[in-house]
Amino acid sequence: MAKGLPKSFKKSLWVYHCNSGSCNGCDIEIIAALCPRYDVERFGIKLVGSPRHADVLLVTGPVTRQMSEKVKRIYEQMPDPKAVICVGNCGNTGDVFYEAYNLVGPIDNILPVDIYVIGCPPRPENIINGVAKAWVKLETLEAK
Amino acid sequence: MNSKSANKITYQIPVGPIHPALKEPVQFEFEIEGERIIDVDVSVGHVHRSVEWAGTRRNPIQILYLAERICGICSYCHPMAFSLATERAAEIDVPERAQYIRVIHQELERICSHVLWAGVAAHEIGFDSVLFLTWQIREKALDLTEYLTGNRVTKGITMIGGVRRDITKDMYPKIMEVMKYFKDNFEKIRKIFLDDKTFKLRTQGCGILTKEDALKLCACGPTTRASGVKKDVRVDQPYFAFGDLDFDYITPDILTGEVNGDVYDRIIVRLLEVKGSIDLIEQCLDKMPSGDIVSEEKIAKILSILKKVNGEGIGRMEAPRGEVFHYVKYNGNESPHHWKVRAPTYNNILPWIPMLKGNQIADIPIVAASTDPCMSCTNRVAIIDNGKKYQLDKQKLYELSVEKTRRLMK
Repeated sequence: MAKGLPKSFKKSLWVYHCNSGSCNGCDIEIIAALCPRYDVERFGIKLVGSPRHADVLLVTGPVTRQMSEKVKRIYEQMPDPKAVICVGNCGNTGDVFYEAYNLVGPIDNILPVDIYVIGCPPRPENIINGVAKAWVKLETLEAK
Repeated sequence: MNSKSANKITYQIPVGPIHPALKEPVQFEFEIEGERIIDVDVSVGHVHRSVEWAGTRRNPIQILYLAERICGICSYCHPMAFSLATERAAEIDVPERAQYIRVIHQELERICSHVLWAGVAAHEIGFDSVLFLTWQIREKALDLTEYLTGNRVTKGITMIGGVRRDITKDMYPKIMEVMKYFKDNFEKIRKIFLDDKTFKLRTQGCGILTKEDALKLCACGPTTRASGVKKDVRVDQPYFAFGDLDFDYITPDILTGEVNGDVYDRIIVRLLEVKGSIDLIEQCLDKMPSGDIVSEEKIAKILSILKKVNGEGIGRMEAPRGEVFHYVKYNGNESPHHWKVRAPTYNNILPWIPMLKGNQIADIPIVAASTDPCMSCTNRVAIIDNGKKYQLDKQKLYELSVEKTRRLMK
């Protein structure tokens, strides 16, 4: 994270958060990361209301059948270069829902995921670490 | 204008499944005449993860962890209600001390949840500084949760027949310190939510649910208590140690002397409940007897007892959002034959219809948020204007809401 970060500060990251059927555990930790204790806005990271404004897509949840089309559409609406972060175990592997009949996830069945944040739910520090890694990835994409 | 007003056109607005005020995908169909909402239709099912089905393929201890992940905010109520149902089916006696510890954790979760809700409600009307203030206070509650259970959100504290971790005497000072912090900050929060002009303008007389509607639509939790219906599982059918503790129904007339059933009343009820929860935790710490914290420590033994169970049980609990209900049936197999979960939001969805009717589009976020729906959000609205479709995203809807606050403040 430390390596490449000073360079990366030239651009603030805007994040779009999409819930694909998660239990809210990850979602409240994402908002906790934005609030005074962790305060990621000091790095210019903020949540935006539309995927068209976003650099990074945060996806939580194991992707239910009804949501899979919508998740794909959100990804397609985002401008390039873009990064996808999957937050939480159920999006990464299925976790406790692994055998459920109504899931098309894990998320990497549907989208090309760049960063996997583990934990159920992950701590805010962990989520911030994931976003910082996405930063480095976007920088390398831009350099090409 | 005059000639047009004779044949008014109504518009259909689908909201969701990616939606502004909700924390779970859900879809609305609004019928709009100008700025007024005439009719609302709700469809749910976007977060169906087949939890109950998966539960019938696992053993009861595994189900505790599955139930915990039904909802991240009520991550204590669901496994607890399941273990209540299982204990009833298997006739397991829970030690007295565990009953008190269970109350402490439940009330701590209620504080977390209500403070979280207060922040979300403030955000919905464009008052973001209050969102940050309340979430800062909430972090203290999360610190305490982490100190007592080891986790911030999913607690993993439940065990069939008791709890997994004890609360020892040396933990008391830390708990008392956090309770004191809440009490010190309570007055500040009360002042912002109940006396501030912005909040009063946006919430009074908005999203009204009458007592008749609340009864007819079986609303539960703070939503129904704000309409003056005295319904609280903790008082009606005391479980855990609630029978020994001193508290009563919380309705808005305690503070204001009248019941309107609007968003403002729902804020009052939740604020008073936070105060009630602090009081209950302190009572528990005073009265907690010594003894075991779980009826049977060895998990293999519990499982072998549950394997032989033939019967059914019901677990009812007052979650932060209302009554949560678990039904479980055992057939003498390793896993339950049937498991049914009914979460409080299920009851609180239909009351949205009378609440939203007659309100403005800009009021949708705050009214929908006022029942504290336990759902996730996707945020797009498409307005169909004479067949021409244009989109209103979360940002736009939020801006409309903020605009209305500014207009009212002038």
